[in-house]
Amino acid sequence: MIEVNNINKSFAGKQVLFDISGRFEKGRTNLIIGSSGTGKSVLLKCIVGLVTPEEGRVYFNERNFLDCDIETKTEIRREIGMLFQGGALFDSMSVEQNVMFPLNILTKMPLDEKQDRVNHCLKRVGLENVNKRMTSEISGGMKKRVGIARAIVNNSRYLFCDEPNSGLDPLTAIKIDNLIQEITTELDITTIVVTHDMNSVLEIGDNIMFMYKGRKAWEGTSEEILDADVEEVREFVYAGKFIHTIRERTS
Amino acid sequence: MKNLGKYFIFLGSMFRNREPFHTYIKNTLDEMITIGVDSIFIVAIISTFMGAVTTVQTAYNLISPWIQDYVVSNVVRDMTMLELSPSIIALVFAGKVGSNIASGLGTMRITEQIDALEVMGINSTSYLVLPKIVASMITFPLLVTLSMFLSIYGGFITAQLTGVISGEDYLYGIRVDFNPFIVTFALIKAVAFAFLVATVSSFRGFYTTGGALEVGQSSTKAVTSSCIAILAADYLLSQLLLT
Ligand SMILES: Nc1ncnc2c1ncn2[C@@H]1O[C@H](COP(=O)(O)OP(=O)(O)OP(=O)(O)O)[C@@H](O)[C@H]1O
Ligand SMILES: [Mg+2]
Repeated sequence: MIEVNNINKSFAGKQVLFDISGRFEKGRTNLIIGSSGTGKSVLLKCIVGLVTPEEGRVYFNERNFLDCDIETKTEIRREIGMLFQGGALFDSMSVEQNVMFPLNILTKMPLDEKQDRVNHCLKRVGLENVNKRMTSEISGGMKKRVGIARAIVNNSRYLFCDEPNSGLDPLTAIKIDNLIQEITTELDITTIVVTHDMNSVLEIGDNIMFMYKGRKAWEGTSEEILDADVEEVREFVYAGKFIHTIRERTS
Repeated sequence: MKNLGKYFIFLGSMFRNREPFHTYIKNTLDEMITIGVDSIFIVAIISTFMGAVTTVQTAYNLISPWIQDYVVSNVVRDMTMLELSPSIIALVFAGKVGSNIASGLGTMRITEQIDALEVMGINSTSYLVLPKIVASMITFPLLVTLSMFLSIYGGFITAQLTGVISGEDYLYGIRVDFNPFIVTFALIKAVAFAFLVATVSSFRGFYTTGGALEVGQSSTKAVTSSCIAILAADYLLSQLLLT
């Protein structure tokens, strides 16, 4: 479980996050949603420690992440897996080397065990027979899968995904979403997904935090979001013409 | 000035919380190939021509019945060893290796690869930058040594081909009055320059923000700053060690 308390963050005098608090439970997919530029990525980076907020606390299973010594920090970080918005695969390495990388650096596993683990994870995300390809030779959807495989290879307890389905077609996007949800329940880990895709919200939103202009504006589940009584949420949910039309037809 | 402070903090951050030693060995060897071995060709060409040109020009300037022929190669030797080989090759090194380091790290930064390392709990400065520094400091002195040999040899060939001085005079000239300290001095300079190029370029690349355009700018800045650092260090070391 991850808990954040009163996060405030500004860049060069301009405040981007205002007093954000929330709880993200284990074994569930927690979503952070909101329109572009509301600070979702910044919040995620504050949680994993890539950005230091001016104020606030982050707890990983009761362990204070921001004010701990460097050993505890490293220990927590080694339990974190993250899928970046652009994949962030190491482009000097093959698919297999990318996935094996955390094991090479962080563990003393023998090679055949590492190889097994890598093959298992690649298979889990639906990628086989691409082990030796370079990362520049695979498609966007495959990159996301490799990114997920790399994030879970070292038995992570926390999984962070920044827009896992941006730039993908709706079918592939849903597959990636379901993959994330399955992995979350299967491995019983704490997952936080940043997205602005309403499909994902309805598909996998166990617990949703809605952000508006740097503030937390609403919180709830995917069932509740359709009837939310906050104006900004309604605007966000019923933004597209598609949904708008469907809504009018059905009512 | 603010950059200078940031630069020292950057250097310091490399020694906090390092990974186990074995992770660095392979990286360092890889870097030695990209940094060292891949530079041999350009260094060889430049050095040979540098020696040739220096010989011809020195001979042209020293035409006088009072000056014996061997003085030409004597001057060529001291000039290449003291200044031309370490410094000119360092400037070339800054152009080739410095820009390569900065654009490589800059790309890793903007595509969030450095963030990915950090999230895994890896000290990205020491993991990425330390092998580059060590590899530069090992290979660059070797390149300078190669350059000194080839320059003097290039001068020898030119002397033979053009007949500005005789081969015997040339060989006599490069042996007479030899002070071994100039080799030590050249190698000290080489190590210092290699350190500067690697750290300054890494620093420029590491703190790139923005997109592909900024990566290009970082790489240009890396070359400019490295060259300035080399020339300043050159002056400082000459002042300290030769007077
Ligand atoms: N390193 C930074 N320096 C300065 N400002 C930043 C930095 N990172 C983010 N910001 C600012 O913070 C605000 C929130 O950015 P953020 O990337 O979190 O948006 P987002 O909600 O993730 O949007 P998107 O859905 O488009 O990814 C933006 O106004 C952005 O300009
Ligand atoms: Mg974002």
